[in-house]
Amino acid sequence: MLSEIKGKVWVLGDDVDTDAIIPAKYLVTSDPEELSKHFMEYNDPELAKKIGKGDIIVAGKNFGSGSSREHAVITIKGLGVSCIIAENFARIFFRNAINLGMPLIEAKIGVKNGDRITINFNESKIYYMDKFQEFKKYPDFLKNIINEGGLINYVRDNQW
Amino acid sequence: MGKTAVEKIFSNKSGIDAYAGDYVISTLDYIMINDITGPIAIDAFNSIGKKPVKDKIVIIPDHFVPPKDINSAIQYKKVKDFALNNGIDNFFDLGQGGVCHQVMMEKGFAAPGRLIAGADSHTNTYGALSSISVGIGSTEAGVIFATGKMWFKVPETIKININGKLNKGVEGKDVALHVLSKTGHDGATYKCMEFSGSSIDDLEINERMTIANMTTEAGAKCSFFNTDDRTINYLKNRVRGDYNIVSSDDDAVYESTINIDAEEIEPSVAIPNSPANVSPLSAVNVEIDQAYIGSCTNGRIEDIRKAAEILKNHTVNRKVRLMVVPASQEVYNQALSEGLIDIIVQAGGYFSGTTCGACLGGYMGVLGPNEVCISSTNRNFIGRMGDKTSKVYLANPKVVAASAILGRIGSPEEI
Ligand code: SF4
Repeated sequence: MLSEIKGKVWVLGDDVDTDAIIPAKYLVTSDPEELSKHFMEYNDPELAKKIGKGDIIVAGKNFGSGSSREHAVITIKGLGVSCIIAENFARIFFRNAINLGMPLIEAKIGVKNGDRITINFNESKIYYMDKFQEFKKYPDFLKNIINEGGLINYVRDNQW
Repeated sequence: MGKTAVEKIFSNKSGIDAYAGDYVISTLDYIMINDITGPIAIDAFNSIGKKPVKDKIVIIPDHFVPPKDINSAIQYKKVKDFALNNGIDNFFDLGQGGVCHQVMMEKGFAAPGRLIAGADSHTNTYGALSSISVGIGSTEAGVIFATGKMWFKVPETIKININGKLNKGVEGKDVALHVLSKTGHDGATYKCMEFSGSSIDDLEINERMTIANMTTEAGAKCSFFNTDDRTINYLKNRVRGDYNIVSSDDDAVYESTINIDAEEIEPSVAIPNSPANVSPLSAVNVEIDQAYIGSCTNGRIEDIRKAAEILKNHTVNRKVRLMVVPASQEVYNQALSEGLIDIIVQAGGYFSGTTCGACLGGYMGVLGPNEVCISSTNRNFIGRMGDKTSKVYLANPKVVAASAILGRIGSPEEI
């Protein structure tokens, strides 16, 4: 059960679009590991190597805008990222992420690269430095979809 | 607290007293796939291992139908086999269907108060018939095949009031472009765009469909128009089953309101490379290689009538290829019986069977390097209709027809 995530953060800006997340030329595969090597490579070719398993992405407004490609979420999952926090998400990215079992949080927190934060899903709070920030709770069924690793697993095992 | 129409429809379909921002699990009235998005949806559905909710599934191959090559033939066959093997009655094959959104409306799937999902971004269009209809991903569509349900976040609504008498030469397309010039390409992301006002009341259903269709270009999740006599008239002899008329309460809470005076709307053109990059028609003087009338935006019978009216007794400029592609078989049949095809062909235009084809740069009208097209479609992104150096200008079908005669983008007044 998704209750707590602790990890190191990587801070990105506003309007990170799906072309920046994974350039279209790599869409010939849907292998998470292969895709993840090219995460944001036009912005920072080293970034994909620096991000480790369990790390957390913290972004600004309109994260994941652009095309509806599910590859954008698969790329980030391939990096082993445990959660994405953004002020808000583009609509289809948001749906794809939940449907593929990636936890998302809409919140604004002041952190910098390398800071360690703790997300408590039961309390709906992000703890960082000596502060905390509340976020809007997911309804249970969305939490369940994420816990089951995505929508397909969820509907296979559950009755809606 | 009062509710918007979209809040009411999500409440009805989820059994929860829902407001904007709430997450709900809703029962869909219909789920539509096409030949591009369908194969992935079918794979997702198959991996779940449940029986399909047959009556809700609508399958309309359109993007590359008739197939343009072997790969598109494989995709088309996959959705066709799925439909036939699973006894899906609502399968519209070549010769009976057309562009998916047009078929969803003319075959009576879209109706007031319904909640419809489609694995295509322009599913927004059925808001013209007071449905809430949203574009979704393929995987989700496959899940709806198995469950008939999907989770949604209830959107906030932007109200767009347009009042007054529309200027001469202004069509639904010009209204849509004008609204886009106000919202920008992302001004309505996540939101429902609800249209009202006396100018909207005066518009025929086909014009409202054009406006609803282009809300996608503002990032909207869905659109909504109130039900009136024109709506009821359109639904007559088409609609399947009962429907439930819904409208926003007077004290509903809107995210924002945009007020537009009809007088400020001129015949307009969207300049490359964004549908929100709008200029008055009078300020555009560009030579063209292709003129295209078709698509879910402006490929309806009324659009073809308007084009024929302008083309009658005229000749298409010899530099230009004019393509007229009806949005459905029904539109084709009607154009045939009204003698419109004859007029267009006599003028030197090319009239084809129905397909998405060139609208997405798929086939049948792909643009070569540096070619310029004036098009009645909805998108003019870089490379949308062909080579990345080609350019697409968007306008209403009368302007497209007039431009085909002039050899440059121009006004029907000049003919
Ligand atoms: S006509 Fe064009 S916009 Fe409409 S569904 Fe087909 S490709 Fe998409």
